[in-house]
Amino acid sequence: MVPLSAYIAVGAVLFITGLLGVVIRRNFIIVLMSVEIMLNAANINLVAFSYYLESMAGQLVALFIIAIAAGEAAIGLAIIIVVFRGKISTNVDEMNLLKW
Amino acid sequence: MVVVFFTYFALASIAAGVLTVSLRHPVHCGLALLALLVHVSGLFILLNAEFVWAMQVIAYAGAILVLYLFVLMLMNLKTDDRYFHSSYLYFLVPAVIGSLYVLALLVRSPFGGAKGDATTAVVLQDGDTHAVGITMFSDYLLQFEIVGVFLLGAVIGAIVLAKTPKPINKEHKA
Repeated sequence: MVPLSAYIAVGAVLFITGLLGVVIRRNFIIVLMSVEIMLNAANINLVAFSYYLESMAGQLVALFIIAIAAGEAAIGLAIIIVVFRGKISTNVDEMNLLKW
Repeated sequence: MVVVFFTYFALASIAAGVLTVSLRHPVHCGLALLALLVHVSGLFILLNAEFVWAMQVIAYAGAILVLYLFVLMLMNLKTDDRYFHSSYLYFLVPAVIGSLYVLALLVRSPFGGAKGDATTAVVLQDGDTHAVGITMFSDYLLQFEIVGVFLLGAVIGAIVLAKTPKPINKEHKA
């Protein structure tokens, strides 16, 4: 029997990995992929609590998170295409068009 | 047996996550992300959540990841020499120390709480998909509709953003 804290630990490690990816990577697409890693870590936590606390609410929220992730990926990649069309590189340090 | 599968899925998903963040070529990062998603879906199977597993494989690995790889191959990115942020060690060391502390706290916690009514026997009687459907269309109907409207807005926004813009200069001259 795997304890609940083991699942939570996996979720925490994955979340930290995704957070580091958002902070230290310079490619915009990899930053979006790291956000997907963080969403997956949250999903692991939700489904694990849903199983151990015997409630369906966690699985429902996990499904909604998957839908939100689909919308986020579509919008984010559309923004990347627009930026790339304007001959700006996908380096997040060089995207400062809105910076005051 | 469950422990063996859990150990494999957990270690493989963490390794795939680290590879996603640290690999140099963006397409390799996408493939490592695919490995991460599939192994996380294996964790969902261990937790009796077959419907979430199916959605993870179909929506995440099937739709979202294909979209990422499509955009990556469409743009044909050059690999930077310095693909990490210039001062990433300042972030890496405190993050590792802080996460070790949080992990020590998490492993010690018992995580007790009020139990719901969806015990394993009840869920397995008609299957997880049945239980998810009954809950989604009774207690979570409003959230379901909101997600539907959100996805419609995301589709329209993506189309508007990615559309080829009209040349504005001609209109100004005329």
